[in-house]
Amino acid sequence: MLAFTIRRLLQAIGVMLVVALISFTLFRYVGDPVNQMVGLDTSLEQREALREQLGLNDPVLVQFARFVTRAAQLDFGTSYQFRQPVVDLIGRRLPATLELSLVSALLALLCGIPMGVYTGLNRDSLLSKLFLSISLLGISLPTFFIGILLIFLFSVTLQWLPSFGRGEVVDFGWWSTGLLTVSGLKALILPSITLGLFQMTLIMRLVRSEMLEVIRTDYIKFARARGLSQRSIHFRHALKNTLVPVITITGLQLGSIIAFAIITETVFQWPGMGLLFLQSVQNVDIPVMAAYLMLIAFLFVVINLIVDLLYFVVDPRLRVERASH
Amino acid sequence: MSPISDDLAMERRGLAFRLRQSDMLHSFLRSKIAMLSALITLAAIIGATFAPWLAPHDPFDLASLSILDSQLPPLGMEGADPRYLLGTDDQGRDVFSGILYGARISLAVGFVSVLLAAVVGVLLGLVAGYVGGRTDAIIMRIAEVQLTFPAILIALLIDGVARAVFGNLDRERYAFWILVLSIALSFWVQFARTVRGSTLVERNKEYVQAARLIGIPPFLIMIRHVLPNVIGPVLVIATISLGLAIITEATLSFLGVGIPPTQPSLGTLVRIGNDFLFSGEWWIAMFPGFALAILVLAVNLLGDWLRDALNPKLR
Repeated sequence: MLAFTIRRLLQAIGVMLVVALISFTLFRYVGDPVNQMVGLDTSLEQREALREQLGLNDPVLVQFARFVTRAAQLDFGTSYQFRQPVVDLIGRRLPATLELSLVSALLALLCGIPMGVYTGLNRDSLLSKLFLSISLLGISLPTFFIGILLIFLFSVTLQWLPSFGRGEVVDFGWWSTGLLTVSGLKALILPSITLGLFQMTLIMRLVRSEMLEVIRTDYIKFARARGLSQRSIHFRHALKNTLVPVITITGLQLGSIIAFAIITETVFQWPGMGLLFLQSVQNVDIPVMAAYLMLIAFLFVVINLIVDLLYFVVDPRLRVERASH
Repeated sequence: MSPISDDLAMERRGLAFRLRQSDMLHSFLRSKIAMLSALITLAAIIGATFAPWLAPHDPFDLASLSILDSQLPPLGMEGADPRYLLGTDDQGRDVFSGILYGARISLAVGFVSVLLAAVVGVLLGLVAGYVGGRTDAIIMRIAEVQLTFPAILIALLIDGVARAVFGNLDRERYAFWILVLSIALSFWVQFARTVRGSTLVERNKEYVQAARLIGIPPFLIMIRHVLPNVIGPVLVIATISLGLAIITEATLSFLGVGIPPTQPSLGTLVRIGNDFLFSGEWWIAMFPGFALAILVLAVNLLGDWLRDALNPKLR
């Protein structure tokens, strides 16, 4: 297992380097960093001096090495539009996005798995058909439109829930949380449903099809023959064996939840990283774009790594196979 | 008659007969959902294609717009104007005509980007599967890295780069192609992986070996002999991708980085309408949104049916 972990770790570093290269290319060659820093009246000599001072005349490899070193120390330069260090900007907005993403993922899991188990066990019941129809809607409705529908229903028409912002937040050092105030929790409901609905339908369909397959296998028949209770068969024997693909997909989806948060944050004006990234794309704020790209890639890589390691926890066969080599 | 001459006899009877005998037609006629969604998709395509002739108003003709007609509610509500079936937006544009013209752009972006993704994906998949070795490894590695990044993120990045390179004004002129390129770039992977998989199987079959033996160049073998045998699943992926591509386009336009408001797609229309949601003019956002949702739902259902119909294992 150690060798496996090390190999995955090396691969992860490789992916990060490729992403860093893309970020670096963006940063260095798309939009001239010097042009963004000086006014129109700066003379050519002054520009050249600044260029030298920033090290933009060094060999490309040296510049890239410097970029990576700085990135590793979380130094991504200064935002063009806000004139503030990129790290501060992103750091301030990170908690909002992470909170929203985790709550949505939890929601998707807590609703998706039971719904999947139910529809897998009761294929033809009316409720199953209802769940499946909802899931088809969840896949076909674009995220932003779900958000707008929810706002129209619960904010405009019924006026139960707020339609934008995070509500009141409580600060713990650099982390701010909306989970501890009533208005914060209320503000979280609509965005997290919007963001989680697609993942929920995905998980539900996955669990359902896995359940359908597992329930037909011999060991389930044997468990029935042994006279175990339905409950124990369904949840201890069947569900456990559907978990490997569920963990994979959920893990990978967690990454895309954070990316999809861009849409949800725009609809609900949620003050997270996604909104910041969208503004930076619209205003060609390259340092923020580069940093966001690196951060997302890092999250992806870490999540993938954790998912790979979780396999060993969930699937004992893997452990045996590795050990016998 | 032996089965082979049976096949030959079928072959000679022509396409119409084969179509009438096919399992696909049978399954299509038996599935009400498939027929309904095909009907909706067809109606959307016709409505979008002939929008200039079918639409009651021309939303881009500024001369015909009157601010007096702005924000009229749809028929059936108080203050509605019978000229405007689904009401008008803030500038007096007919919402129904806007949907027809918007669907035109949404479908165009969808079709062109899926076509591009399919061509690139199928070719790369063929090459990867047929040539194998290092070429295969490189192509599939790129595909894997690509797969980890969601389409939205890639499209946003490309849009940001395009803004930096072209400047904002020029970007609007190229918006259509930037959008097509960025959607195609994230969708080719599915095609490549599937085609590669089936090519790996076909490569070792006798007809390919025979073709190789008589000295047909590899490129021709791939295009003329392998391609027809691996193209089946491509149709399914293309249909499913079309739904996703339309959603991606709408999302990007909604975020304000897709098609500019001068040529609104369905996503842009929802974006425009979103500003009026709180002042009570819900129809400006809702109708285009529902049109989009119904279109995508129909395309997805069609894709589902196609997958089941083409997959004999499920029958």
